[in-house]
Amino acid sequence: MRPSLSVILFTVLAGAGYGLWWLLGAALAAGIYPFGGTGILVPLAFGFGLVTAGLLASTAHLGRPERAWRALSQWSSSWLSREGVASLVAYLPMLAVAWLAYAHRPGWPMRVAGGWLALCALLTLVCTANIYRSLKTIRAWRMPQVLPGYLVFATLSGGLWLWAWLALAAGNVIGLAFPLALLALAVAAAVIKSDYWRTIDRAPVSTAGHATGLGHLGRVRAFEGPSTEQTYLTREMAFVLARKHSARLRKGAVILFAMLPGIGIVLALPYRAGWIAPVLAISCLAGLFIERWLFFAEARHAVAAYFPPRQD
Amino acid sequence: MAHKNLKLNEPTGDEVKTTTCYMCACRCGIRVHLKNGRVRFIDGNPDHPVNRGVICAKGSSGIMQHYSPARLRKPLLRVGERGERKFREIEWDEALALATKWLGDIRARNPDELAFFTGRDQSQALTGWWAQQFGTINYAAHGGFCSVNMAAAGMYTFGGSFWEFGEPDWERTKYLMLWGVAEDHDSNPIKFGLGKMKARGAKIVAINPVRTGYGSIADEWVPVNPGTDGLLAGALIHELLRTDRVDFEYLVRYTNAHHLVIRDPGAVDDGLVARDTNGKPLCAARAGIQQPAARPDAAPSGLHATSSGDGTFSLLPPGEGARRADVGATPPYRVVLADAAGILPMVVGEYGLHDGRRAVPAFQLVAERFLADDYAPENVSERCGVPAPTIRRLAAELAHVAFDEAIELPIAWTDTHGRKHATMVGRPVSMHAMRGIAAHANGFHTCRTIHLLQVLLGAIDTPGSFRYQPPYPKTAPPGNKPAKARKPDGTLTGNPLGYPQSPEDLLVDAQGKPRRIDHAFSWGYPLASHGLLQSVIRNAVDGNPTKIDTLFLFMANMGWNSAIDTTATRKLLCARDENGEYKIPHIIYSDAYDSETVAFADLVLPDTTYLERYDCMSLLDRPISDAESAADAIRRPVVAPDRDVRPFQDVLLDLGARLGLPHMADADGNPVYKDYADYMVRHERAAGVGMLAGWRGSDGSRAGKGAANPDQLQRYMEHGCFFEARVPEAGAYYRMANRDYLEWAQSMGFVAATGPVTMQLYCEVLQRFRLAAQGHGEVQPPETERARVARYFDPVPFWYGDDDTRQAVRSAERAAQTGDALPDADRSRSGRCAPSPRPSRPSEPTGEREASFPLSAITQRPMFMYHAWGSQNRWLRQIAARNVLYVHPETLAAVPITDGDWAWIASPRGRLRVQVRAHAGCASGTVWTWNAVGKKRGAWKLGKRAPEFVEGFLLNHLIGERAADRAYANGDPVTGQAAWFDLKVRLEPDPEPHVPGHRVELAV
Amino acid sequence: MTALPAPSPKKLGLVIDLDICVGCHACAVACKEWNDGGAFGPLPDDDPYGAEPQGVWFNRVHSYEVTAPGTGDREPGTADTLRDERVPGPPFQAPQMVHFPRSCLHCETPDCVTVCPTGASYKRAEDGIVLVDEDKCIGCQLCAWACPYGAREIALPPARGDASDAARKNSKRGTMQKCTLCVDRIYNETLDERDRQPACVMACPTRARMFGDLGDPDSEVSKVVAERSGYALMPEFGYRPVNRYLPPRPRRDGGNAAATEPAAEATLDIERLPPLLRWLDKALSR
Ligand SMILES: Nc1nc2c(c(=O)[nH]1)N[C@H]1C(S)=C(S)[C@@H](COP(=O)(O)OP(=O)(O)OC[C@H]3O[C@@H](n4cnc5c(=O)[nH]c(N)nc54)[C@H](O)[C@@H]3O)O[C@H]1N2
Ligand SMILES: Nc1nc2c(c(=O)[nH]1)N[C@H]1C(S)=C(S)[C@@H](COP(=O)(O)OP(=O)(O)OC[C@H]3O[C@@H](n4cnc5c(=O)[nH]c(N)nc54)[C@H](O)[C@@H]3O)O[C@H]1N2
Ligand code: SF4
Ligand code: SF4
Ligand code: SF4
Ligand code: SF4
Ligand code: SF4
Ligand SMILES: [Mo]
Repeated sequence: MRPSLSVILFTVLAGAGYGLWWLLGAALAAGIYPFGGTGILVPLAFGFGLVTAGLLASTAHLGRPERAWRALSQWSSSWLSREGVASLVAYLPMLAVAWLAYAHRPGWPMRVAGGWLALCALLTLVCTANIYRSLKTIRAWRMPQVLPGYLVFATLSGGLWLWAWLALAAGNVIGLAFPLALLALAVAAAVIKSDYWRTIDRAPVSTAGHATGLGHLGRVRAFEGPSTEQTYLTREMAFVLARKHSARLRKGAVILFAMLPGIGIVLALPYRAGWIAPVLAISCLAGLFIERWLFFAEARHAVAAYFPPRQD
Repeated sequence: MAHKNLKLNEPTGDEVKTTTCYMCACRCGIRVHLKNGRVRFIDGNPDHPVNRGVICAKGSSGIMQHYSPARLRKPLLRVGERGERKFREIEWDEALALATKWLGDIRARNPDELAFFTGRDQSQALTGWWAQQFGTINYAAHGGFCSVNMAAAGMYTFGGSFWEFGEPDWERTKYLMLWGVAEDHDSNPIKFGLGKMKARGAKIVAINPVRTGYGSIADEWVPVNPGTDGLLAGALIHELLRTDRVDFEYLVRYTNAHHLVIRDPGAVDDGLVARDTNGKPLCAARAGIQQPAARPDAAPSGLHATSSGDGTFSLLPPGEGARRADVGATPPYRVVLADAAGILPMVVGEYGLHDGRRAVPAFQLVAERFLADDYAPENVSERCGVPAPTIRRLAAELAHVAFDEAIELPIAWTDTHGRKHATMVGRPVSMHAMRGIAAHANGFHTCRTIHLLQVLLGAIDTPGSFRYQPPYPKTAPPGNKPAKARKPDGTLTGNPLGYPQSPEDLLVDAQGKPRRIDHAFSWGYPLASHGLLQSVIRNAVDGNPTKIDTLFLFMANMGWNSAIDTTATRKLLCARDENGEYKIPHIIYSDAYDSETVAFADLVLPDTTYLERYDCMSLLDRPISDAESAADAIRRPVVAPDRDVRPFQDVLLDLGARLGLPHMADADGNPVYKDYADYMVRHERAAGVGMLAGWRGSDGSRAGKGAANPDQLQRYMEHGCFFEARVPEAGAYYRMANRDYLEWAQSMGFVAATGPVTMQLYCEVLQRFRLAAQGHGEVQPPETERARVARYFDPVPFWYGDDDTRQAVRSAERAAQTGDALPDADRSRSGRCAPSPRPSRPSEPTGEREASFPLSAITQRPMFMYHAWGSQNRWLRQIAARNVLYVHPETLAAVPITDGDWAWIASPRGRLRVQVRAHAGCASGTVWTWNAVGKKRGAWKLGKRAPEFVEGFLLNHLIGERAADRAYANGDPVTGQAAWFDLKVRLEPDPEPHVPGHRVELAV
Repeated sequence: MTALPAPSPKKLGLVIDLDICVGCHACAVACKEWNDGGAFGPLPDDDPYGAEPQGVWFNRVHSYEVTAPGTGDREPGTADTLRDERVPGPPFQAPQMVHFPRSCLHCETPDCVTVCPTGASYKRAEDGIVLVDEDKCIGCQLCAWACPYGAREIALPPARGDASDAARKNSKRGTMQKCTLCVDRIYNETLDERDRQPACVMACPTRARMFGDLGDPDSEVSKVVAERSGYALMPEFGYRPVNRYLPPRPRRDGGNAAATEPAAEATLDIERLPPLLRWLDKALSR
């Protein structure tokens, strides 16, 4: 699949935003969030920024963005529609939390609003992951690692930003539990992604013989495609990435989204170097950007089997 | 919520007009749907006999051709240098005045200084006639590089041809052999027919080095090596003869198999058919079973010679007499008129003529040629690339279907002797062949070999076999000969093109040198019935035989894909003499689009698109007939041009009138015809015979012949723009000897007489040229050309390799210089099947050239593109905007080159950098590409980085215009047909195989 | 609506005969032409005369080389000269070439409908035709991703280089487009009865395309599917395509030929008699 900037930005940024929101909301719900007022508003707004930037970026992928509102109608069957609804609904608890924080009203209302926010953010993440997971045509996206992976990535990237704020707001004071949890998430992210890559590398590729139903006659090789030049289909769905590029990119992605943050956390703890957190969060986003790019670039659409292998 | 805007009942347009498609030469009927004055949709006319409603990719996309941005808009006058594409737009008056000035001067001086050549058009009935009125012998269309080998071989053999002048009996054939056909002119009918055959379960065999398109759906693919089909067909004949699977009854009835050929080496008539004093052919006939031991009868009336003997004859091959004794006594014979009815003709044996000389039936000469070991499957198989068992099986299959699965239709008919037959017997084997056969230097003889194969099977114009399309058959060859002289009014005595029947018909001067600028009808290419457009530019630049003043081209992209050796041709068009003047002083060109050739014209006359003009698909030219009916068609303006362009035919008639040409200007100098539409209606070629056969007679009631009808075009338009006259049922088959057909054909004006068409198994015309080369007759070839003519004018077809011509000529020249005697028949690989002595041994080992350029390189037409036209079409170029070179994977591995790499294809001419792809569906010694997809930057209004020239390529750069000996054009020594497919190449890897980009590097 | 309708008894679709398709692209271009000016058009093109010409087509024709295992006259290509996957095994025969037109199969249970967030992609209850309502479509392309058959195409704004498209009214840019089974022809009362067929079917010169009701077992199309073992593409997706492909018939090359060794006429001993001599006694009449 062609990696499109708008969709990568959407899933990476909005993913981080929802990750942040759900952690924040959960902490509020559990009553363990250490700050009130601005201490809530800042990360909430930051999350708002990430989510909204992501959602806006996603409309750039639409052919008719001005009609985006129509996407809300088919929630009964379409994950994309559900995601649209969930993403909008998530703004409601966000507003509630914001108002409560602004009004300095901790307590049960905040706990409820926080829980609601966490739930909506999580739901949106699940919907997003399911948009991809539900496509039978793209084998790579149907792997069991896709949903947990997406949740872990979102939580990790959002969590790093939350940690960054916490460290900053507390004057470079960092707790132990949260960074350790993030460390565990970073390890999980690396494990899940590596496992995913191993699985897709081993997955059989659909052949022209299979796609045309002519396989029983012998080896079927695409001789000429319907067009000597690229078309929507070949650009969009018959995009192939050379193996050697993919190996380099995979390494880079894991280093950026898991290893650097992981090592950073381990190093930061003894030195109480909370200032490093935003660097780690940026590194993670950058890594996820590559990871997401690969998520598309390495996914082979069933229709690609009809076409001659790309020559360029 | 429902789909609000779902419109299920929108009318297609506000108006529908029928006309004839011209996105290719198939000429299907189309319906043009107009909406608000614009073309909205074009589909096939379901009532049209050619396409019955179907329409091909080119036809559907005609709409985008019609609205192409590359359409020319106004007459252009060159202001820059030739080739620079710098023009000034001028008014038509200025353009026509200029052309009139140039042409008027020429006509006053010497009409032959005009070289008028046309390309892919179907207006030869007009353009040829115009050239005749102008008085130039230098006229032809593009057939000389297209497929004249097919036309000539067919016309000289059976008075018809493949091409679009005949067709397989699609309804009944059970076995079709396609020889070298990728697409052909009958584009839709062939596809239609193939579909039908497959549904019926008939077998299709594709003989072709490449398997695509038609070959893909064929049952069997025979990957023959290019240029060796003559050997393969010869081997099939060998097998049919060996196993005695020949339709002898058919042969003696419809061919010259039994005609006696004089055996008198050294005599002026050696090898000619023995004739009585009226010129009627003779044959030996059994004296009658009932009268044993009868003496030969008196000579047929008029014979001057004395009776030759006592009824005995010697047998051939000599020395077999003893064995003959086993089989019994020799039958008595008499020499009688060969076309007599009721005789029992002999097809082998040697017979005494009344003048005491010996003669053998033509069949025997054919049988001797092909029964020779040279054509044994084992001996041809390596060269052809077809295993001997396969050849034997194919021959057996042909025979099986022709004889064991013969069909008989209950159609009563009368033959030319007046005998009634209750049924028509059919040999349901058919063949179709085209440029894979034609575009080789041995194409004429190869095509004749294929025709012989058909004839021996009795499979021409019988149910289930190949069928003639009216107005064919004509006599073999047709009676019209090329005009040679001018009348006092400056016009030629006839059409400049035709079918020479003897050396006297050639256009050569007293020294035997060519008279025409293209050297057609010269000793180099005596039967060049379609001219040699591919040689015109070079000869004009060389002033060979004489200088010309104006090259007038119509619809021929000579600056690109129509040129052999494109780079050289483009240079020649710009060549200057010592005074800095262009060697071709004037070039006038009519095109409808901004093609590569436009860049080289001094004056461009912009034509309309096919939807903006009248055209005529005349029975005098290339009609749209099929086997069932004679048909012609018109094209009519569907929309008015939105540019300052004029139909070329109107312009031509206008020029004719301005020049005061006879029949175009009246005594007062006024135009005789208002425009082409007027000409189509009023012009008469012979009494009552005009351009269109339909709705003639003042009331429109006559078909074929009749007075001009002013409402004729109206009637055509009311009837889908075509006219169809069905052949009477009794005339369905056996048209070469079917009185019912021939009488109908005569009434339509197709044939002058209703006599039979005798198929020429043995082609006496060729022998007349050979005799001249042997020193007989009034008109003889110059000394240096004799060996070549003697060799290639063999009355029985034979096969020779692509290196043959060159060697033959070179050594003939040497022999002529040194006075060496010609050596005996050479049995080297390339000339093995040569019947007459090859003039010499090759001067360099044959193997050397083969080793350095071991691969054959050929092209195929893509079904969705028509030559150069398609690339300006925004839809078609979305299918292919570039071409690659296809190579068998084994061949790739041997270089080595990887599938998808950029590499070089090299010939002696130079090399091209191209992308290479693997294709297992081709013979391993053959590489191929799609024709004419590559374009020249700057043409066709394509963007600066269009794949057509950044990546695509034209193979033509690598093909030499001259044969290797340089003395002759690279083509067939009989017809001059360009040998596009004799190209030999090798592959060379590129150091940067992944860097795209086409380049041309030519030897200087 | 995005929800799939209950299966209708009428299942209009195409049957494509791979045995006789010659790959001429007539169907593809006729489709482009009809729809470009029809109710679902225009079918936009990008850079039509430039370096990267591309546009929306509803029907495209591929070609394939099919090489059966076995020993043929010709040796196989060596594996490493080809970039794509190859099936290991015995040497391959000379290949068969198969042309393969590809358009919407009007599946009975396709995800291209259910994934659509707007309801623009829908399946008609009355005849099973799958359509896109261009007024609702937001161009999210999810339906195209959900289609394994590559039947959906879209021209994305902005147009590169071609003003004429933008100039055309009702540009369909930005909305998903696909084969409509010529719904604007087959029911069109302004057309002649005989013209109420898909444009591609009418164009096909070999008659490799048939249109009809595959839900009716007695229809011509159903009969030919039954007789020739017509098959559906990639059934494992569970979309239940309506269109069927007729497989190439077994090719009758050498192996299955009627005659194998030349049978000389029974009466003739071709070994004993020199060929020319034996014809001397032939009594031929003219
Ligand atoms: N779509 C389309 N139709 C056209 C045209 C077009 O440009 N496009 N052009 C028209 C014109 S002008 C012409 S002349 C006709 C020509 O029609 P075709 O004769 O079909 O022309 P080519 O495409 O040159 O096909 C030649 C075939 O011969 C094969 N071949 C080459 N060498 C040999 C050989 O030595 N032996 C055998 N057996 N086969 C060989 C090639 O592989 C190829 O398949 O088509 C006409 N129809
Ligand atoms: N390598 C290779 N070369 C070949 C061949 C091959 O098989 N292989 N085939 C050869 C054969 S058989 C042929 S016939 C030639 C064909 O080659 P050509 O006949 O030269 O080429 P075309 O591209 O058909 O077009 C000739 C010109 O006609 C113009 N034209 C189109 N429509 C009109 C019109 O309505 N009016 C006017 N006035 N002009 C118009 C086009 O713009 C173009 O410039 O190519 C030959 N060249
Ligand atoms: S075959 Fe030729 S004439 Fe017929 S529709 Fe196609 S382009 Fe037109
Ligand atoms: S072929 Fe594709 S677009 Fe058509 S119905 Fe099936 S899944 Fe949907
Ligand atoms: S592109 Fe249009 S039709 Fe397809 S899923 Fe999106 S909104 Fe629906
Ligand atoms: S049915 Fe109509 S829309 Fe569908 S492929 Fe055929 S022509 Fe195109
Ligand atoms: S029109 Fe017919 S023969 Fe041509 S590609 Fe389409 S289905 Fe095949
Ligand atoms: Mo041609």
